[in-house]
Amino acid sequence: MMLGSKTTGSFRLKAGKIWIKSIPYVFIMPFGILFLLFFIAPIMYAFYSSLFVVKHSGLGLSAPVTVFNGLFNLNQAFHDPLFYQSLGRMLLFGVVQVPIMLGLALFFALLLDSVTIRLKNLFRMAFFVPYAIPGVIAALLWGYLYNPQLSPIVQFFHAIGWKSFDFLSQHAVLWSMANIVTWEWTGYNMIIIYSALQAIPHELYEAAKIDGSNGFNIARYIKIPLVAPAIVLSGLFSIIGTLQIFNEPSTLQYITNSITSSYTPNLYAYTAAFVTNQYNYAAALAVLLAIATFIFSFGLLRITTRQTGE
Amino acid sequence: MGNIFTSVLRKTISPEEPMKPSKRTGGTNVLGMAVLFAFTVYFLLPLYWLIISSTKTTNDLFSGNGLWFSGQFQFFQNLQGLFSYDGGIFISWFINTFLYAIGSAVISTLIAAMAGYALAKFKFYGKNTIFSIVLGSLLVPTTALSLPLYLLMAKAGLTNTYWAVLLPSFVSPFGVYLARVYSVSSIPDEMLDAARVDGAGEFRVFFRIALAALTPSLITIFLFQFVAVWNNYFLPLVMLSNQNLFPLTVGLQSWNAITTSVSGQGMLYSYIIMGSLISVLPLIIGFLFLQRYWRAGIVSGSIK
Repeated sequence: MMLGSKTTGSFRLKAGKIWIKSIPYVFIMPFGILFLLFFIAPIMYAFYSSLFVVKHSGLGLSAPVTVFNGLFNLNQAFHDPLFYQSLGRMLLFGVVQVPIMLGLALFFALLLDSVTIRLKNLFRMAFFVPYAIPGVIAALLWGYLYNPQLSPIVQFFHAIGWKSFDFLSQHAVLWSMANIVTWEWTGYNMIIIYSALQAIPHELYEAAKIDGSNGFNIARYIKIPLVAPAIVLSGLFSIIGTLQIFNEPSTLQYITNSITSSYTPNLYAYTAAFVTNQYNYAAALAVLLAIATFIFSFGLLRITTRQTGE
Repeated sequence: MGNIFTSVLRKTISPEEPMKPSKRTGGTNVLGMAVLFAFTVYFLLPLYWLIISSTKTTNDLFSGNGLWFSGQFQFFQNLQGLFSYDGGIFISWFINTFLYAIGSAVISTLIAAMAGYALAKFKFYGKNTIFSIVLGSLLVPTTALSLPLYLLMAKAGLTNTYWAVLLPSFVSPFGVYLARVYSVSSIPDEMLDAARVDGAGEFRVFFRIALAALTPSLITIFLFQFVAVWNNYFLPLVMLSNQNLFPLTVGLQSWNAITTSVSGQGMLYSYIIMGSLISVLPLIIGFLFLQRYWRAGIVSGSIK
């Protein structure tokens, strides 16, 4: 009897202890399960399905079968010139667009942070509004502003005698896309940098002023170095965003022939999956794109941390 | 690597609010103001064009000054046409978008709050690993997830249902990250311990004490997910083929595809334009009213 109750008691204690220890896991579980199902599983499945190919029988009499083919798809994607062209195009896009966008964002943030600027609220809201507009709607709108039949901008250039002006020509369209992305995200990045600026203790400026620094030097030697981490973060997300660009080309392709179905890596993967029905190849493209994204984002972190000596 | 990333994020998104005396000294920077005005025009031009164009007939869109009203004021006719076209499908799209955005934002905020709270306030095995995975997943291109997700959903027979869009949108690693940062800074341990001493169970502590302390931050997390889902295009595009389930983005794009095709001959331009205006208004209005929550989220929110 005594023994029995003692065991029960210690069992209870133990159960209670296990319960207390498991509490954080219980809290994490809803997110954890959904994360596994809708984040980790797709990554695994993309890799898994990239290992198969659909084989059609010689005469096409029997149904096609899906067979294991090792790294065939990944290897093919790795050597696919269309994939490289799309990746290269986005790298060119990123090398030009990301610095321009972040440069503008930094410039605006510094201006808004300066005491000699009025109407800050108005500017901040006006610059931030594009972020509220869905990417595909932004692309639609700019598409209309690029469309020679509709656009007041194109009409203006034609009216002043620049007859060949065309936002949608083969050479211009990449930069017309860059304009849409810049329009959408400059204000967002500006707010990130601006907030970092606002967090700088004011005493630093006072000290610099006493030492005779002017506004430009304060920006150059105090403000910019201190907001560098915010700029790195913006750069990181911009690079990830650039490699994933889909809304702009998929919208603009309805109004111009300059955009091929493999214009960006994502458009290419989408076309492979839903237009030409090569699901397994599309999975391989998705895997390669994810790897490329990792390489570039870690690369950026490497370079910037080496420079700032952290 | 993870540490660097965390420190970068933390420096950017720290929720502390350092107060700073605002001093108005010196004159006005005329050149700076001029540049800012010029870019204000740039950032607002597409919206201005959209508003002007929403008052025009399709014919007037293609003739006359694109930056000013035409003779006929067609705003209400366009609005009525938009709402009645194809059996009022636009209204369904609007409601769908709202359901997707609200549903995803409510659930993802709640589960992100729970996970972030646990990561901030408990010591347990695997904690750092879990947090590193959450941070690392911010680097994964989400559109690269959408294709395999479609294949998985197809296997489960869930494509072409509301769940196909909702379930993946319940997962917000960024929300978990924010919830953890906010839990560290805005829930004092003493408050939790006091509640525990009073005999409150862990769930009661969370729902009564922690959630209350987190509320302003939860609104921020909610808004981020709401906007992300409202603006999402790729996931619903991949998942849905039944147009009754489309959100606004996919629906308007499908009209765009018809209109710009050879046989379409521009018939839906005025509806697409009016539809775009209607679909951007809720967020812009929301932005104007909820400014401070945005700033708190993206930022250290010290703006007056």
